[in-house]
Amino acid sequence: MAERDLLNERDEEKVVYKEHRRKLGADALSLKIIAYVWIGLFAIVCMLPFYLIIIASFTPEKVLIRNGYPIIPTAFSTEAYKLALKNPQEILLSYGVTALVTIVGTFLSIWLATMTGYCLSRKDFPWRNAIAFYFFFTTLFSGGLVPWYILCIRYLGFKNHIHALIVPMLFSVWNMIISKTFMAGIPSAITESAKIDGANDFTIYVKLMLPLSKPLIATLGLFSALGYWNDWYNCMLFITESRSDLYMLQYYLQRILGAAEALKTIAEKSGMAVQAMPLESMKMSMTVIATGPIVLLYPFVQRYFVKGMTIGAVKG
Amino acid sequence: MNEKQRKKMARVPFKKVIKKHWVLLLMLAPAVIYVFIFSYIPMTGIVLAFKKYNYNGGIYGSPWNGLDNFKALLIAKKMGNVTRNTLLYNIVFIVLGTIFQVGSAILLNEIRIKAFKKTAQAFMFLPHFISWVVAGAIMYNVFSYERGIWNKMLVSLGGDPFDLYNTPGAWPFVLTFLKLWKGTGYGSVVYLAAITGIDQEMFEAASLDGANAWQKIRYLTIPSLVPTIITLTLLAIGGIFRGDFGLFYQTVRMTSKLEPMTDVIDTYIFRLLMSSGNVSRSAAASLYQSVLCFITINLCNFAVKKIDPDYALY
Repeated sequence: MAERDLLNERDEEKVVYKEHRRKLGADALSLKIIAYVWIGLFAIVCMLPFYLIIIASFTPEKVLIRNGYPIIPTAFSTEAYKLALKNPQEILLSYGVTALVTIVGTFLSIWLATMTGYCLSRKDFPWRNAIAFYFFFTTLFSGGLVPWYILCIRYLGFKNHIHALIVPMLFSVWNMIISKTFMAGIPSAITESAKIDGANDFTIYVKLMLPLSKPLIATLGLFSALGYWNDWYNCMLFITESRSDLYMLQYYLQRILGAAEALKTIAEKSGMAVQAMPLESMKMSMTVIATGPIVLLYPFVQRYFVKGMTIGAVKG
Repeated sequence: MNEKQRKKMARVPFKKVIKKHWVLLLMLAPAVIYVFIFSYIPMTGIVLAFKKYNYNGGIYGSPWNGLDNFKALLIAKKMGNVTRNTLLYNIVFIVLGTIFQVGSAILLNEIRIKAFKKTAQAFMFLPHFISWVVAGAIMYNVFSYERGIWNKMLVSLGGDPFDLYNTPGAWPFVLTFLKLWKGTGYGSVVYLAAITGIDQEMFEAASLDGANAWQKIRYLTIPSLVPTIITLTLLAIGGIFRGDFGLFYQTVRMTSKLEPMTDVIDTYIFRLLMSSGNVSRSAAASLYQSVLCFITINLCNFAVKKIDPDYALY
């Protein structure tokens, strides 16, 4: 009975909505038009560069040199990809390093953020505000790049070590605050009853809190994975040419783009022709190769992404 | 935390807390130690700004040299320029960024065709998912003097090609565009969520009272977004002396000709440290930045606390 009422109500809502639509005034109409036009145009502007890069990467170098980067594909060639993958060892290696760093880093940073967040969300823990401030203060004041860099390179041995790619991004105070806020929203009765049953705090965190925090974990995981996958900064700071086997994908791309540029400058200065090597299209194909996976992953995580951003909308 | 809670907390003896909550303390230990090593120890490293760094002495063993590093920075006459750039870029980013994000959220909310909304949102997020390396590559693809799409279009329309990498004056516009391009879709999500959280009955009541679509946005939607806008702007102002290193580094690629318009404090510090190897001077610039940041965020928070304590950060 109740269900039928609900259905009826919904139908009524639909009717009201339809009536509303019929009565769309000039004000509402103009707003709608602006909304569709602006959002449509903005979406195109956001997507267009990706389209252009993909097109350019499949265009033969000769056509690129002659006509510039095309908007509409005129000729098709996979030459640039063949060249980029001619020496697949380097690319595969940097894919491997990036994947490893992303997986390990994401796993550890989720663990650190949620465990710390959980402890600070416990209202019966008397030191929670003091410790929360201990973390929060680091977002207000920092020693800056130089002391941190010297500490890492001189005292912690980060130079040319894979640690340098994972450790610097392990803990984020913001992620911890997001976790704390999320877990504070879980009824404390759950923790208390488990306590009475004799569970200790760590067991409660692993067996109760983590399963209840799936949206949080998805969000933090996405943020961290994105951060690690797209990282080039730590690689640039700590990894030198002698350990090029530790290059991450984005840094590898950065170097290839830079090298292609340098090569071109040299060639121009010496008056030598560089047409022999598909530099332009190869740059584009490398860009596609380095971006690919994370963009392909995106449609699957979009749902969590939107949900997670709203979890994050909190203050310290 | 009010006075009552504070007193109550002070009453719990140290030993008792450790005995009762040792598991929690153990769980907190990794993060506490991490932050101690990577944030608090470097804070003591600011002494480097007043020292002449040498490799053997390290941070603490190098000899003091008073304010020499700061004097050298003054003589180099770069600080004024990079501070101005950082400040102006960030002001523009914050103001335009907020307008674009709020505007896009309001307009996205007006779109009723689900497939359109979803696709548009997916496209608008896309730039957030790429690194600045890729964004820089894309930009080069568009603006390259010989082969860029932009110049190709200019030439085909009968104009002269435009050499962006030789025109410092154009960079503020390009960098602002790039920042908005990368951040608007992502930033609008928070506002969109806030809009969907508004009580729908208010809109219905407004319609009954004869408010038109624009008035509803002006008097209902925007006012209910104000708390979110203030919180996010406050956070952004706290970092107003911190440049987005990736944006400036990967697009400008240390082109020295463009420096007057594109050099920010972060790129300057980085160059001093990595290219010139001038550790002490870089540390001095870095301390200057940290102190500026610390002062702004505290001033900001103080001001907001005076106006409305609910919006304060701490």
